[in-house]
Amino acid sequence: MTTAAITEVNRPTVKTVVRQRRTAAPYMNPYLAGVGVGLVLLTAFVTMGHGVGASGAVVSIVGAGVQAVAPAHAAGSEFFQPYLGATPVRTLDTWLVLELAGIFLGGFASAWLAGRVKPGITGRRIGASPRLLNAVAGGTIMGFATRLARGCTSGQGLTGGALLNVGSWAFMLALFAGAYLVAHLVRRQWT
Amino acid sequence: MDLTAPFYQFGALGPGSGLVVAVLIGAAFGFFLERGGLGNGRKLASQFYLNDLTVFKVMFTAILTALLGLFWLGQVGVLDTSLILLSPTYLVPQIVGGLLFGAGFVIGGYCPGTSCIAVASGKLDALAVFGGMMAGILVYGEVYPSIRPFAESTSMGRISLPELLSVRPGVMVAAVTMLALGGFVLADRIEKRRGNRLVQPE
Repeated sequence: MTTAAITEVNRPTVKTVVRQRRTAAPYMNPYLAGVGVGLVLLTAFVTMGHGVGASGAVVSIVGAGVQAVAPAHAAGSEFFQPYLGATPVRTLDTWLVLELAGIFLGGFASAWLAGRVKPGITGRRIGASPRLLNAVAGGTIMGFATRLARGCTSGQGLTGGALLNVGSWAFMLALFAGAYLVAHLVRRQWT
Repeated sequence: MDLTAPFYQFGALGPGSGLVVAVLIGAAFGFFLERGGLGNGRKLASQFYLNDLTVFKVMFTAILTALLGLFWLGQVGVLDTSLILLSPTYLVPQIVGGLLFGAGFVIGGYCPGTSCIAVASGKLDALAVFGGMMAGILVYGEVYPSIRPFAESTSMGRISLPELLSVRPGVMVAAVTMLALGGFVLADRIEKRRGNRLVQPE
C-alpha cells in the first residue's frame, strides 16, 4: 500500500467526501464502460419504452429561451411551437430535459470521485481564443445538424443503433465519414 | 412468460415516477460515459486520428449490449419490442445531418451529451460547444420554413434494418454482433500499431 492510500484511509470520512481525489484516476476499460452504458440504455427501453437522448432536450431549452425573450415570435415559430406551452409531465420532451440534467449530475459524480473535475480548456495548444472559437463553431454546426438528423450520438447513435433503425445507422456511418473528412483541418488542436 | 415490459406502456410506471426514472437513467448514463473517458475532448477527438478508439469501443459495446438484451428479452416473452419507440427515417436529411454532425464534432471536440459531462468537469471549451449547439438549434428553428421541404424529404417511415433487408431479426442481430466483434479486434490492433497513444486523464 502506498502512503497516499494510507492517508486516504486515515482521513476523516466527512473530508474524503467533500474533498476531491488529488490525482486523477485512470479511465475504466472501454468495453466495461460500454457494457454499463448498454445496460442503462436497455433499462430505458424496458422501463419507459424508449431510449436515451441529449440534443432533444436542448431544443426544449432553446425553445423556452425564445419564448421568454420573444413570446410572440415563439408562438409563431413553425419549429419551436410544438415544444412550447403547457407540456404534460408525461411527454418525452420533459423526460429528456430531466434525463439531460441527470447526465450532468452523473458525469459530475463520476469525474469528482475519480479526481477528474479540473477547470480548464481542452485542446488549448492552438491558443485559448482560437480553441474557444472552434468550439463555438463546431457546436453551432453540430446543433444545426442534430435537427436535420433528428438526434445525436445518443438518440440516433446509441438508441437507434440498438433498435437497428435504418435512419440511425445511415446517420452514424455519415457521422464517422464527416469527422474523418474534416479531421485534418483541425489536426493541430488535437494531436 | 407473460409480457410485462415496457413498464410504462403496461401501466406499472406512472408519469411522475417516469420523471424520477429520467433523472436516474440520465445519471447512470452520464456516470458510465465519464468513467470510460468520454468527458475528455482529446479522447473523443483522438478517435478521428485513430490514436484512441475508445469512442468506437464504448459506442458499439453499448449498442451490442442493448441490442442483445432487447432481442433476448423479446424472445423469452417478457418485453413487447413492438411497443418501443422507433423514430422515423428521413434518409437523405439524416445522411447530410450525419456528415455535418461529424464535422462539428471533431471541430468542437464533443457531442451533445459528452459536452454536458465535460462542462460538469469544469471545461470551458465544452461550455462553448454547448453554447454553439444552442445557437445552431436556434438558427435551424429560424430557417426551418425554408429547409422544411428538404428536411422532410426521403421519408421512409418507422423502419428497421431487418425490415428493409427482409431478413429475420435474429439474422440481423447475429450479423451486427459479428461485425462489432470484428470491429473490436481491429480497433485493438490499430491502437497497438499506433503505439498505444491512449489519452489519459489530465
